Amino acid sequence: MTHDSTPHPFREFWHYFRENRGAVAGLFFIIFLVLVAVLADVIAPHAPDIQDRSSFLQPPVWQEGGTWTYPLGTDAVGRDMLSRIIHGTRYSLLIGAVVVPVALTLGVVLGVLAGYFRGWVDVAISRAMDVILAFPSLLLALTLVALLGPGLMNAMLAIALVLLPHFVRLTRASVMSEASRDYVTASRVAGANQSRLMFVTILPNCLAPLIVQATLSFSNAILDAAALGFLGLGAQPPTPEWGTLLAEAREFILSAWWVVTFPGLAILLTVLAINLFGDGLRDALDPKLKRS
Amino acid sequence: MFRFILSKLSLLVPTFFGVSLVAFTFIRLLPGDPVELLAGERGMSAERHAALMQQYGFDLPIWQQYLQFMGKVLQGDLGTSIVTKQPVLDEFLTLFPATVELSLVAILLATLIGLPAGVIAAVRRGSVFDHSIMGVSLTGYSMPIFWWGLLLIIFFSGILGWTPVSGRLSLMYFFEPVTGFMIIDAILSGEDGALASALHHLILPAFVLGTIPLAVIARQTRSAMLEVLQEDYVRTARAKGLPTWRVVGLHALRNALITVVTVIGLQVGVLLAGAILTETIFAWPGVGKWIVDSISRRDYSSVQGGLLLIALVVMVVNLVVDLLYGLVNPRIRHQS
Repeated sequence: MTHDSTPHPFREFWHYFRENRGAVAGLFFIIFLVLVAVLADVIAPHAPDIQDRSSFLQPPVWQEGGTWTYPLGTDAVGRDMLSRIIHGTRYSLLIGAVVVPVALTLGVVLGVLAGYFRGWVDVAISRAMDVILAFPSLLLALTLVALLGPGLMNAMLAIALVLLPHFVRLTRASVMSEASRDYVTASRVAGANQSRLMFVTILPNCLAPLIVQATLSFSNAILDAAALGFLGLGAQPPTPEWGTLLAEAREFILSAWWVVTFPGLAILLTVLAINLFGDGLRDALDPKLKRS
Repeated sequence: MFRFILSKLSLLVPTFFGVSLVAFTFIRLLPGDPVELLAGERGMSAERHAALMQQYGFDLPIWQQYLQFMGKVLQGDLGTSIVTKQPVLDEFLTLFPATVELSLVAILLATLIGLPAGVIAAVRRGSVFDHSIMGVSLTGYSMPIFWWGLLLIIFFSGILGWTPVSGRLSLMYFFEPVTGFMIIDAILSGEDGALASALHHLILPAFVLGTIPLAVIARQTRSAMLEVLQEDYVRTARAKGLPTWRVVGLHALRNALITVVTVIGLQVGVLLAGAILTETIFAWPGVGKWIVDSISRRDYSSVQGGLLLIALVVMVVNLVVDLLYGLVNPRIRHQS
C-alpha cells in the first residue's frame, strides 16, 4: 500500500515529534514513571506500609533531624514518604491505564454509532452526553462514588463515565465528516456491510484526534482520581495513592511541610509530563494544525 | 437571532429532563430504604414506615413518582435536608453567593493576568517571555489545585503569616448578610477594617480557584491572537503605519476577544468543580463545600437538590455564553 517514496507513518510522526523538546522530555519522564512503577518493590528503600515507631514525622534528609534512612522524611505513623510515593506511581498509572481504555472504547462505539446512523440514534446518544456534560465533572464523579461506595475501583468507573462524552463527541464529529467521502462510498458500493464500514473503513481515519484526547484524558483521570482520594472517596488508606497521601497529610500542613509537598509534586510532575507529551502528539499527528 | 435563541433553548429542554432524571434516580439507586434516606428515621414502627412511604409517594409506580418529583421541582420544592431540616433550596441559596463571589473574583484575577500575558506572548512569539508564559501556563493547567491550595497556605499563612487559613471574615466582625457577597456586605456594614478582612480571606482561595482558568485563558488568548495577527486587516493596519499598540490593541485584540470571551464563559464548569476542592481546603462556606459535607453526612436530599441546581447553573451560563457568542459573531448564528 505505501509507496517507497513516502516515509513510514511512524517515522514521519517521529520526525515532527522530536522537534518539540518539551514533548520529548515528557515522553522520557513517562518512561521513567513506568519503570518506577514496575520496579517499585526493588527500588523503594522500605515497604510502603511499614511503620517505624521511633521516627514519626521525621523531616527530609537535608533538613535538621533528617537521616538518609528516610530521604524524604516520614509521615505521622513513621512510614517512609519516598517509598510511599514510589508505590503510589503504580496507582496513578493504573488509574489512567484502566480509565482511558474504558472511556475510549465505549466513547468510540457510541460516537461511531451516532455519527454513522444519525437520526434518533444520534439524538439519543448526543443528548445523553449533554446531560453528563451539564454536571461539573468532579461533582458527578463524587456523586457516583457516593452511590457506589468509596474505593479506587468505583472512583475509576466514575471518572471513566465523566470522560466519556469527550470521546463520543470527537468520534461523532470525525465520523460525520468522513462518512461522505468518496472512499467510503466506494467501499459501500463494493459491498462492505455496515459494521465493516463503520469500524474498518471509517474509524482508522478518525484516530489522530482520539489518540490526543486519550493522552489528555490520561492526565485528567490522574487528577480527578487524586482529587477523589483527597476528598476521602477514592483509594482508601493505607493505600499509598497520591491523593490519599495528601488527605492523610492535611492536618500537618503547618507542622510538617514534607508530607504535603512531595505527594502533590509527584502528581504535578506526572500530569505535566503527560500534558507535554500530549501537546507534542497533537502537533506531530496533525501537521496541518498551526504550530503554536 | 430569534430562531437562533429558540434552537439553543430547545436543546436545553431535553438536557434539563435528563439532568432531573439523574437527580431523581440517584436517591432510588442508593442502597437502603428510601424513607430512611430521605426522612432520616431509624428504627421506626411499621405503621410509621408505611405512613412515610405514602407521604413521600414511594408507594406509587415509579413514573408517577418522577412526575410528582418534577412537579415539586418546578414549584421550587427540592425537598428538606435530613440534617438541618431546612428546605434544600433555601440552604443552596444562602450558600450560593459565597461560591459566586469566589468564582467571580477567581475569573477576574485569571482574566486580568491571563489576557495580557497571552497577548504579549503572541506579539513576542518565540521569545523567552513567550516560552516562560507557555511553560507556566502548562504547569498551571496540570496543577492539582487541592495541593496548590495547601502549598499556598503553608507559604502565605504558615511562613509569612499574611493571610488567614479559612473562612470569609474575621470573627471580630459581625453583621447581618444583606447581599450574601461578603465584599459588598462589608462595605455596607461601615465597620472599620471589615472590607480589608473580607479581601484578606478572599484573595488566596480566589487565586487557587483561578489558577486553571488563568492557564487556559493565557493559552487561548495567545493562539487566538496568533491567528488574528496573520489576518489581512492587521497587515493593512500595520502598512498604514499605525503604532504597534494600536494594531495589537484595537485591530487584533478586539477580534481575538470573541474567542477569548467564549473560553472564559466556558470555564464555569471548571470553576464549580474547582470550587468543590477550593472551598473544602479553605473552609469557604459555599455550595461546593456544602455538597462534599452533604455526601459525608449522607444528607442525600441535599445532594440530590445540589446536583440539580448546580447542573442548572452550568446549563444557564453556557446558554448565555452561546447566545453572546452568536450575538457578536453572526457567522455562528446563521450556521444552524
